Amino acid sequence: MVTRGVSSGTAATREPGSSTLRSAAIAWRLATVVDVVTETPRARTLVLDVPGWPGHRAGQHVDVRLTADDGYQAERSYSIASAPEDARIALTVQRLDDGEVSPYLTDVLRGGDRLELRGPIGGYFVWGVALGGPLFLVAGGSGIVPLMAMLRHRAAVLTANSDARHGVPTRLLYSSRRWEDVFYRAELAPLAEDDETLEVALTLTHEAPPGWTGFRRLIDRRMLAEVAWPPAERPKVFVCGPTPLVEAVATALVELGHDPALVKTERVGPTGGSGSAA
Amino acid sequence: MTVGEHREAVMNREARTGPEEGVDDERAGEVLRLDGNAAAGILSEVFVPDLTTARATCANCGMIRAIGALLVYAHGMGMVMRCPNCDAVVLRVARPRRQLWVDLTGAKLVVMAGVGAPSVA
Repeated sequence: MVTRGVSSGTAATREPGSSTLRSAAIAWRLATVVDVVTETPRARTLVLDVPGWPGHRAGQHVDVRLTADDGYQAERSYSIASAPEDARIALTVQRLDDGEVSPYLTDVLRGGDRLELRGPIGGYFVWGVALGGPLFLVAGGSGIVPLMAMLRHRAAVLTANSDARHGVPTRLLYSSRRWEDVFYRAELAPLAEDDETLEVALTLTHEAPPGWTGFRRLIDRRMLAEVAWPPAERPKVFVCGPTPLVEAVATALVELGHDPALVKTERVGPTGGSGSAA
Repeated sequence: MTVGEHREAVMNREARTGPEEGVDDERAGEVLRLDGNAAAGILSEVFVPDLTTARATCANCGMIRAIGALLVYAHGMGMVMRCPNCDAVVLRVARPRRQLWVDLTGAKLVVMAGVGAPSVA
């Protein structure tokens, strides 16, 4: 299911919405699903063609609206996984079994289907290479989605320029239950291997494959002290994941001496926030 | 159904969950606590500039925070945004019966940077 009815998008040449100013309310648009990619047993990436898409910044989200036959509507927020440089918009959605929106998005939608969405939304939890580094990203579960947009944006802009990469050294600490639950695992390893200024640390909290050498526990203060840039380097920190993880990580980072103003959080919840919204 | 056939987005009605939590119960479940950036969508229906990057002064304790850094308690009707310092309500947005309600009494001042004229709540 690929590339049907796709216009040759040119988002890479568009000016991303880098200002907080818009000239009008954010419009609802009709997106077309051009591909569905399985990420984990419970998560799919929807690759969307969105006519008139104004461009986004890494970390922003969209609101998705579903309408039932009787007119009942439900809206949920999903983080954008794709880089602003990509021609298409990618959303990675994790299915919540009792959700009223995510099962439709992960199990029913197919290539050629259409979907109502509005965005890009939110200028607070965003990062671009112009904001510089060092960059420290902390993700739990589907909280990786907006952080992946940041990593993809960083790679797209800095790939050809080693000096520029050194200006934005980046570390990702990513917690998942088990290896099969790690989003984008086929992309993360080569991304880090090809880039000496990017370090990826994974922790698996429930189960690890034989020979696993990464962390094997919930993210804690000791792990953060080991992986994070020292507070004196004033890293820009983005934390995204379930509420308990986000609050534990943010609290620990501040206790370790990080400036609260540099620690931005996005809690993933059932009615808003990012990737795993219902 | 063949791939590519146009289908309207239709939900599984059985899966509908009730938005019955009252406004006063919005803190009953910890899982509903989100960040101010989760409210960016509904706020964009009222404010044209992105309000989550604006800085709000809590009318209760005086703490100044980006609206994106407030704590959001989401419920069926809308969102209640509380000060992360003193837990007072700073901003409420709700969408009952095709109306849109905005309560800013908990925000003494809202300041947006990079705007031609200052935006004051």
